[in-house]
Amino acid sequence: MSARPEPPSWTGRVRHAVFSAYPPEQLLPERQPAYVSSWIYVFGVLTLASLIAVVSSGIVLVIFGPAWWHVSSVGHFVNSLHLWSAEMFFFFMAVHLWGKFFMAAWRGGRALTWMAGSICFLASIATAFTGYLSQQNFDSEWISTQAKDGINATGAGAFWNVLNFGQMLMWHIVLLPLIVAILIGLHVLLVRRHGVVPPFAPTEAQLAKAGLSLTTTVTAATSLLVPQELTEPSPQEQPLLQEPLAQEPTSEEPPAQEPLAQEPTSEEPTSEEPLWTLPEDQS
Amino acid sequence: MSATSASDTSGAHRARRFKTDRDVVEWQGDYRRYDIAKEVLISFLVVLVLVVACAIVFSSPDDPPVTVKSWSNAAPVDFAQTAMAELNGTSGVATYGPPYTNTAGASQKLGPISLEHAVGVRIPINTAQDFVLKPLATLPNRPALDAALAEYQGASATQRTKWDAAYKRVVANATFSSGQLVVKGGPYGPVGVLIGNLESMARTGALDGALLATPQLYATNYTNPLLFIADGMYLADQASLRHLQGSQWGMMNETGNFPGQAWLWLYTMWYQVPPMNSSSNGDIEVWAIMMALTLLLALVPFIPGLRSIPRRIGIYRLIWRHHYRSLGPDVLSQMPPGRTPSRR
Repeated sequence: MSARPEPPSWTGRVRHAVFSAYPPEQLLPERQPAYVSSWIYVFGVLTLASLIAVVSSGIVLVIFGPAWWHVSSVGHFVNSLHLWSAEMFFFFMAVHLWGKFFMAAWRGGRALTWMAGSICFLASIATAFTGYLSQQNFDSEWISTQAKDGINATGAGAFWNVLNFGQMLMWHIVLLPLIVAILIGLHVLLVRRHGVVPPFAPTEAQLAKAGLSLTTTVTAATSLLVPQELTEPSPQEQPLLQEPLAQEPTSEEPPAQEPLAQEPTSEEPTSEEPLWTLPEDQS
Repeated sequence: MSATSASDTSGAHRARRFKTDRDVVEWQGDYRRYDIAKEVLISFLVVLVLVVACAIVFSSPDDPPVTVKSWSNAAPVDFAQTAMAELNGTSGVATYGPPYTNTAGASQKLGPISLEHAVGVRIPINTAQDFVLKPLATLPNRPALDAALAEYQGASATQRTKWDAAYKRVVANATFSSGQLVVKGGPYGPVGVLIGNLESMARTGALDGALLATPQLYATNYTNPLLFIADGMYLADQASLRHLQGSQWGMMNETGNFPGQAWLWLYTMWYQVPPMNSSSNGDIEVWAIMMALTLLLALVPFIPGLRSIPRRIGIYRLIWRHHYRSLGPDVLSQMPPGRTPSRR
């Protein structure tokens, strides 16, 4: 009588889940789809680079305490590094956000990536705001006495007192950076998991007008929160647009009377035939 | 390769129609080399050079704060008038409402809802006691002041109101000469002694410390001195000189010629436009707008019409122009929403 197999441990399950979701070659890829070819893609990395500068200069300020930069020329220089790296962080992040908006980067199961990024933007604003409140100078004094009215009007001022220097400093150097770091980590992991959003596909009619008559297979996102696996890189000699692949008959296939077609809504283009074709039309 | 599907409530699968602004055509084309470690390192070095250059060239602002001491020395009459308003309960803080006071009708409302009223007074402040009488009681060896304090605190509320009103009239025309507040005589009882001593206390810096008094040795909560200072005109005048008033888009500005919190431009903008710029509920109205816009931003992927904007305005054609040209010489010109010149 053979021994029953030992059930997997919790640790083993966690390891399996992590490495299944993020194999090393997906976490740190060495290849990108060919359409990732624009300067706009640099701004995400520039935002991260600025964040490293923000955190590094902030750590130096933390080491010497909140009053140091008022009485030390070196401290003032470090504070200047902190200020300008924060300014650049926001500039790069704003360009990154607009760029992703113009690409409709939430398509194909990337909605959570978009949401994590946009909430991170707001958390970053709160972090910078508490930084301004922690400066112990005229700016922090004026901003706190003005901002209290808005915060108090929401009821939050009773618990989150912008006039309380100690409370704001702790939020600025502990809680909010932690929240931003978690959100950015989630955002980056989701980007690695889903890949960079592909371009809008041209319709068949558009290709026809351009003198082309290719067809391709469509895979739409199966769910907004259940990601697609990154497509394996195709060989260099593979044609840009593949001929449609035969679809395996499964019980999950859409019925013939309910064809996969572009839904005619006011927000979707309806005047031209889409490039993708129905499974039953692919014979 | 399967078509899109989604589970319905019965657990069975149904087809989900492809939507251009929600779904994608999976990429089957070429890949190119990409070195993420190299990109991060180079980006960091570029940022570092820019940051160091800006720090050297522009530095950072550090205007000294207004303290009670600097305020009472620079604008002693304004300080005395503010102190009187704190004593008789007519100052901004004394009539603020939650979370500081129970002033009826002072809470901002959004329709019938007042969030600050619902939360209540969580940071109670009695301006007469906290800003004037208690700090004065800490001054040692002043028999005349002790007598004035005893007389004022032992008087009836009616009597105190009469004294306060009488002093408020004369302090409105006060002057400052030879280190002393000069006011006309009147039936204001001990109030003149109280305000005069508070002025002296403020000018030495002792009031700054007294307003911070806590059971602990280390004080980190500046609510009381900041509220007291903000009740006066001096701080606002200094902010106006630096273009920091709310009507000057001050929330996003910073002292000197620095960018400030430019990312607050939208929040600040709502304070400049009617009805928020003159509404007694302006703060909660602006916050409600910003919360709604924040939700819209986060939920763009799910909002039909809003999520179509990128495709309709067509900037994506510029971003992915190389890709579209690689499909064929005229594909770019055929992409929605309009036509753009092809490379021919």
